[in-house]
Amino acid sequence: MDTPVKLAGARSVQVNALQFAHKALGPLFFYILVALLVFAILAPFTWMVISSISPPAELATTPPHWIPQNPTLSRYRALIFGPSEGQSIPIAAVKFLDSLKNSLVISTTVTLICIVAGASAAYALVRLPVPGRQHFLFSMLSAQMMPIIVIIIPLYLVMQTLDWMDTYHGMILLYSGFMLPTVIWIMFSYFQTLPEELEEAAMIDGCSRFQALLRVVLPISGPGLVAVAAFSFLYTWNEFFMALIFTASRTKTITVIVTEFSTQSGIDYGLMMTGGVIGSIPPLIIAFLLQRYIVSGLTAGAVKG
Amino acid sequence: MASTALSKPQKRGISRRRREEILLTILLMAPAVLIIAVVTVYPFLRSFWISLIGWNLTRPQEGHPFLGLENYRFILTDPLFLDSVRITLIFVIAAVTIEITLAIGIALLLNRPFRGRWLVRMLALLPWAIPSVVNGIMWKWILNPSYGSLNGLLYSLGIIDRYIVWLGSPDLALAMVTIADIWKETPFIMLLFLAALQTIPHELYEAARVDGSSPVQSFFHITLPLIRPTLFVAVALRTIWALKSFDLIYTLTAGGPSNGTAVLGYYTYVKSFVSLQLGRGAAVAYIMTFAVLLLVIFYQRALYREVKY
Repeated sequence: MDTPVKLAGARSVQVNALQFAHKALGPLFFYILVALLVFAILAPFTWMVISSISPPAELATTPPHWIPQNPTLSRYRALIFGPSEGQSIPIAAVKFLDSLKNSLVISTTVTLICIVAGASAAYALVRLPVPGRQHFLFSMLSAQMMPIIVIIIPLYLVMQTLDWMDTYHGMILLYSGFMLPTVIWIMFSYFQTLPEELEEAAMIDGCSRFQALLRVVLPISGPGLVAVAAFSFLYTWNEFFMALIFTASRTKTITVIVTEFSTQSGIDYGLMMTGGVIGSIPPLIIAFLLQRYIVSGLTAGAVKG
Repeated sequence: MASTALSKPQKRGISRRRREEILLTILLMAPAVLIIAVVTVYPFLRSFWISLIGWNLTRPQEGHPFLGLENYRFILTDPLFLDSVRITLIFVIAAVTIEITLAIGIALLLNRPFRGRWLVRMLALLPWAIPSVVNGIMWKWILNPSYGSLNGLLYSLGIIDRYIVWLGSPDLALAMVTIADIWKETPFIMLLFLAALQTIPHELYEAARVDGSSPVQSFFHITLPLIRPTLFVAVALRTIWALKSFDLIYTLTAGGPSNGTAVLGYYTYVKSFVSLQLGRGAAVAYIMTFAVLLLVIFYQRALYREVKY
């Protein structure tokens, strides 16, 4: 602290003034920046929520009503309980509840399959002598990077041959296939951090390796499993391209339905925003509740974007 | 003598254990390997074959003649494809550069204890978690020329004096697509950088400050080298994901206006599922894979060098 004074008195005065300004204005400036950041993150989504509860007349005002004068939940009612009398909604909107169910069934099943099959394979890769282990891992990494569009045409033919178009099991197979490489990669990194001595101790006590996996490894793998479960669910719920190509009337998912809210008179933006808000709720709940695991899962390396 | 007597059963024990392990390995690997093989490996190989044959669903009478590299030649000389490459490059370079720079900046800003920090970190997950389709329709409504909130806001603040058709011209539409992408992707990368910054011991900065290093110098000589692995991972991953963008374009602009936002992913989709030229669609897809593959190799090299696996 004293050194600047000894070196050059004039400069140290200047420095002190700057330090004072920094101390007083620094926090203020800092909080302004943080507020701007929060605004940038929240504003678009908030506008979607506001639009979903604004009556049609207020959506068509210029400039917009930032806060609706007569907020209404009629669109939410229409999407979930069906349109009330005299209310006309796009044909796609009638299928909204079905699409929510489809998304839920498919995403949950894919998550379960990915956890069981992915964690098993990852464990084998870490602890058991898998031939070509290194090549397998790198092909997993490449597989998760591959653009889906590259294989969409042959996939279309496979699905057609199997007659699995627009079915739950078809969609579940597809999504599992695309998510598994990511799950294996993350769980591989996770299992590597666990000390092998734990299983060795259990096996000396008479457990088989499989028992050791079930009773010793899995109970302490909670954080890793929660992270991959969250990623699998979010990926499947949010996926659009394959759903667009492979689903039709029976298994259409929410991401496809919300893009179809148009009538002869044009796009029904209010209803679209409502669908968007409802469709965002499950992934947001998962992201917020499991924030800790997701952020630590990030550091495990590659993550599906 | 006693030892030979003992070693026999022990040997048999080891080999039984070994057999069990092989069986277990197969059991554990089989489900994942089977699913991945059906869904990715087989289609990937078949796709290459399709890219070599003629296959136009609108002209079934032509059959599937073997064309060799004819589809590739057609695509590589198609002005629409070349334009799509240009658009993709602009989009990817702009989006990734801005996202990474902003993400590092915000991470540096938030890398200090302050009240409400947990809340900001939680909110940062919002854009990442919502479906990209929802991101697309949300921005489509915000950018609506007549009733959109962006026009309303800028007009009310006096920044613009007439409403702008944001998605009306190719260049402006591409800029808007980029902004929508930045909104969705930046916060997540920021969390990656924040996690990396938190592993840097504070003493390093203290020491540098005592030695007379300015904050800018500290950033370039301490922070940047130490977050380099994260930087590599983030740049490579973001580039690959951005290259594959489809959902956002489909919902926000549908490639328009006048193909101004038709990135490669969208061009391939149109070739395969709108023009129904499967052979040519597969050829574009393979050209795209080649680009992604180069990036993946770069990424793996970087990962291998920076992080020990």
